[in-house]
Amino acid sequence: MILSTCGLTKAYAGVAANTDIDFDLPVGQTRAIIGPNGAGKSTFVGMVCGRIPATRGNVSFDGTDITTMAAHERIRKGMAYTFQITSVFQGLSVRENINLAARRRLGKNKLAVTRKTDEILQRLNIANRSDQLASNLSYGHQRILEIGMGLAQDPRLFILDEPTQGLAESEVDDFNQLMKSMDAETTILLIEHNMNVVMAVAEYITVLDQGMVLANGTPEEIRANTAVQEAYLGTGHG
Amino acid sequence: MTNTAKSNTLHFGLLFFLAIAFLVLPEYHSGNLARIMILAIYAMGYNVLFGYTGLLSLGHALFFSAGMYGLGLTMHLNGWTPAPAFVVALLTSTIVAAIVGFLVLRTTGVAFMIVTLMFAQAGYLTILYFGTYTRGDEGFALQQATRQLIGFDLTNPSVRYYTALILFSVVLLLLAYLVRSPFGRTLVAIRENEERAKMLGYNVTAIKLQAVILSGVISGASGAAYALLFGYAGATFATVQYSILPLLWVLVGGAGTTTGAFFGVLFMTYLIDYASGQTNAYLIVVGLVLVAVTLFLPHGIVGTLRNKYAGWLP
Repeated sequence: MILSTCGLTKAYAGVAANTDIDFDLPVGQTRAIIGPNGAGKSTFVGMVCGRIPATRGNVSFDGTDITTMAAHERIRKGMAYTFQITSVFQGLSVRENINLAARRRLGKNKLAVTRKTDEILQRLNIANRSDQLASNLSYGHQRILEIGMGLAQDPRLFILDEPTQGLAESEVDDFNQLMKSMDAETTILLIEHNMNVVMAVAEYITVLDQGMVLANGTPEEIRANTAVQEAYLGTGHG
Repeated sequence: MTNTAKSNTLHFGLLFFLAIAFLVLPEYHSGNLARIMILAIYAMGYNVLFGYTGLLSLGHALFFSAGMYGLGLTMHLNGWTPAPAFVVALLTSTIVAAIVGFLVLRTTGVAFMIVTLMFAQAGYLTILYFGTYTRGDEGFALQQATRQLIGFDLTNPSVRYYTALILFSVVLLLLAYLVRSPFGRTLVAIRENEERAKMLGYNVTAIKLQAVILSGVISGASGAAYALLFGYAGATFATVQYSILPLLWVLVGGAGTTTGAFFGVLFMTYLIDYASGQTNAYLIVVGLVLVAVTLFLPHGIVGTLRNKYAGWLP
């Protein structure tokens, strides 16, 4: 398992956002976490990557208990994280954004950093924009850039928090292609609202509802699961 | 020309101009320029933290005076020569910056400003408290006979000018190198988006502490050089006024630019010089000009040039 959580719980002033979440993610899998608004998806990955301190429970990454580690230490272990609300270095060029991501891992080896950055720019089809300020990019390109910053770190676990939010239909198709191309390289943990994306890219799905795991299964199993349908639609069997 | 070449041309060009300025300027102005270069070192130190890392300190007079008294007291009380006293000054400001940085970085934003201000006030009061040694507000002069460095008389105007220039060059070129280095780029990343930098795996707190220390040491070097070249150390330099000045210099010159600090000090010095020659109410004039600069050059002199005409400006 690349990632496991055991009894992971977050309570805000007594209100439980996540309750006793046991979660296992095998190496290489593309896993989607879905659930209605307020199900606690972002809180869960926030605790995994260290942005949100857990009230109780454990997180282990590749066999190491990382529960007490600061966020940057967890990232250094091989996680990458993209924010739900796009978070790039607005005042810096596209190239510098990716450089910063690559440099943290590759260090002072300038050649390797440049090579990595060029590779990512090519792969994401944004090489012709490399000298633009990130703030001048369209929203869709900023999202792509943020994913590029994740890829530049060569993560072993890539956590994406609603990456297709606000993207146009054509951009979502590109994103699906990108996800599939990443599939072989890394383990992916994807929070996603867009069911077309989830069904297209996820190998396995975890459904959260009211801060608890409601169901686990393949896309087909989840689609057929009546409890999931109820949680989403608030109705009985469809 | 590549941006690096342009940036080198700018920095070496400025240093070249300063080197010949002494030969052509009247003594009054070259004396001013020596002081401006020393204070520009202070402003560059401040700029590392404010302009590049995005941390607004209101307590840099503490680091400036740590250097000033680190050198001043060891020369004045222990009779040390300038070179080892300068090393003591650098060590003193390093230690002070490390301790203060370690504590103040637990705060952010307005709290950071207030806590740095409080530390600087505590430093000022400490200097007054040990008035027996520091002579408090009155301060003390460093005797001309002691201000000799490897056979050069630092009280001689030309030696003083070129010593100031050498120190200024070292810090300017260091800063120019720094802002292109991975460390410098990381500082800018923290300024731009601290949360993103953290989630790229950078240890933001440790990097900010390094920035505080670097900024503090450069400020301390400026304070030590000031005492050494102008022969005086006094508690005035530890007051809040000397914490505000580098902020103004950097804002006027251009925060986050390598040369902005120098042009900010140059502009402010001659503004005050000129205005005080015209009227006793010169601070009103200075204030109005500063308001105008803020309105029309919101990114400072060099910062505005960069935004409008020369994006490559470092």
